[in-house]
Amino acid sequence: MARNFVPQIITANDLFEGDVIYLKADGTWARDIAEAHIADSAEQVETMLKTAYGQQGSIVGAYAMKIEIDADGKPAPDHFREEFRTRGPSNYFHGKQADTKQIGA
Amino acid sequence: MYAYSEFDETFVRNRVAQFRSQVERRIDGSLTEDEFKPLRLMNGLYLQLHAYMLRVAVPYGTLNSRQMNQLAYIADKWDKGYGHFTTRQNIQFNWPKLRDVPEILEALADVEMHAIQTSGNCIRNVTADHFSGAAADEIEDPRPTAELLRQWSTDHPEFQFLPRKFKIAITGAPNDRAVTKAHDIGLRMVRNEAGEPGYEVIVGGGLGRTPMVGKTMREFLPKADLLPYLEAILRVYNLNGRRDNKYKARIKILVHETGTDEIRALIEEAFIEQKKFFQAPPAALVEGLEAAFAPPLFDNTQSLAFDHAQIENAAFRSFVETNVAEHKNPAYGIVSVSLKPVGGTPGDATSDQMRVLAELALKYGHDELRVSHEQNIILPHVRKADIPAVYAALKEAGLGTANIGLLSDIIACPGMDYCALATARSIPIAQEIAVRFDELKLEREIGPLKIKISGCINACGHHHVGHIGILGLDKAGVENYQITLGGDGTETATIGERTGPGFAAEDLIPAIEAIIQTYLDIREAEDETFLQAYRRVGVAPFKAAIYKDETNARAA
Ligand code: HEM
Ligand code: SF4
Repeated sequence: MARNFVPQIITANDLFEGDVIYLKADGTWARDIAEAHIADSAEQVETMLKTAYGQQGSIVGAYAMKIEIDADGKPAPDHFREEFRTRGPSNYFHGKQADTKQIGA
Repeated sequence: MYAYSEFDETFVRNRVAQFRSQVERRIDGSLTEDEFKPLRLMNGLYLQLHAYMLRVAVPYGTLNSRQMNQLAYIADKWDKGYGHFTTRQNIQFNWPKLRDVPEILEALADVEMHAIQTSGNCIRNVTADHFSGAAADEIEDPRPTAELLRQWSTDHPEFQFLPRKFKIAITGAPNDRAVTKAHDIGLRMVRNEAGEPGYEVIVGGGLGRTPMVGKTMREFLPKADLLPYLEAILRVYNLNGRRDNKYKARIKILVHETGTDEIRALIEEAFIEQKKFFQAPPAALVEGLEAAFAPPLFDNTQSLAFDHAQIENAAFRSFVETNVAEHKNPAYGIVSVSLKPVGGTPGDATSDQMRVLAELALKYGHDELRVSHEQNIILPHVRKADIPAVYAALKEAGLGTANIGLLSDIIACPGMDYCALATARSIPIAQEIAVRFDELKLEREIGPLKIKISGCINACGHHHVGHIGILGLDKAGVENYQITLGGDGTETATIGERTGPGFAAEDLIPAIEAIIQTYLDIREAEDETFLQAYRRVGVAPFKAAIYKDETNARAA
């Protein structure tokens, strides 16, 4: 990993449901941040963003987000906004926290 | 109530069909998101943090039971069984799916509702006093005018691409319950010396990044001059408003930068021109609108049931104290239904609750409901003799909270639990405050108090005009809350004053407690309200109370 490079992943919202999604290594999307592919160079971020932008027909608003890497080597949000996006609202048990994962992206 | 004309009906149906094909074209790839986004926003469809959100207009906050039942149906069929009533007298559904939205719009059109002009740089849904047509202090029901404004502004070719969004609020009473001074245009009905009703026209109010109290452009404008005068205001704004900078584009900035007298002169000049070409709406239309909002046939039978129930039932008595307001007909009361149960989400109602409200409106309320900007539901015309039965039914449905105008009747925007623009959450703060003061059992002793919370500088939660305002910010990756004091959204409108550095979430509740305790300590009499006491002593004692413990304050 290049020095000073903060690892990033690509996130967006699903066009049909609006749900938060994360780009996987194979160019498809996961609902769970743990499955996101971690870019470890600026070039890789560029390539992945291109892949994402190429899928405008099923996603909205792709962007690269900085992450931390947890004990299991999985990506974890480094800001509360992104943390909420992995979960859903705090006033009801709705959104990701309630939905069974992996209902086709 | 106003019923759609054939024109309205066709217009709304066409828009639904149009949007249906736009959604299809977005899905099949012939529209990009950049092309689609403005189109969906024009139809009230936002993309938030976790899902889409559909914002449905409730013109001047007035609904009938059929419409409320339909909202419940939509909530069940296409959402998660609830809706969120907002400070703009709208309802928002937080979980619609893109493909379902045309169906939802169709279902709304079935009951003469829509989501048009709930977004975009156009004239938005006109808001009105939620007690319109019922309040004892009212000069005239402002809704015929509000409806006239709706018809005039909907799809008005000149005003679809204004420099920025444009909000009009109207009240028919001198006591301003519609926050008219914090809108682009506020209209407050007054009488002139001859006793004729007309409008005080207030321009350039607004909250958001640069909060401002509107300036009076005309102390008295005859009703007949209203449309050409408003056109003059909009023309001046359209020509001179700043399109170069989104943050300076609202009319309040134009008024502020140009000066009240200069703007007034420009408006008057444009008004003279406007009036020459202005074609007054046909008398039949105006009369039709007046008739559409004619008061229901009141039943004046006197009854002691209301007084007896208050004597016998202490809970009912306290409900009446806070939730029932004076009606222009002495045999009636205005019932405010609180959507602020302790620990709940301000403004949310479940589909079951919506159906109960619809049923009560039909059975006891001349089939009328209102959405208030304070995120509550109003039954504007209930016979006093029926209020005990209404209360019992509300209580049964979890809607009997007796807290209107008190501390736990909190306005909170959706904040970062839903909103993509938010810098912090607001709902959990509202919940924590309500729960904490419920434990303290101080609410009644504290008396009238308005707490308003926004999750970012856009101020959708009206925090600037809260007696206690709370603004959620992101401070170096942590939610942080700034407090303002002394705000007021009524006819004596004032922008609240910031106390100083903000507080982390866990320090905020103790700070609010300290503010309330200070008030209880300094008030001169039990009936000196928080706002009165604040105006007497200023911010200093409150600051001293919340910043005395330095560890409490996180420097901003
Ligand atoms: C998707 C959610 C929302 C978005 C994107 C949004 C966006 C905004 C923005 C950008 C402003 C600032 C306008 C300006 O200063 O020029 C604003 C103001 C405002 N919004 Fe919202 N808002 C949202 C939800 C709400 C909700 C839920 C309410 C009602 C509870 C609301 C009511 C208002 C009000 C009352 C103002 C301030 C008055 C003014 O326009 O000066 N908004 N909103
Ligand atoms: S104030 Fe900010 S956080 Fe709250 S609804 Fe408005 S834009 Fe969203």
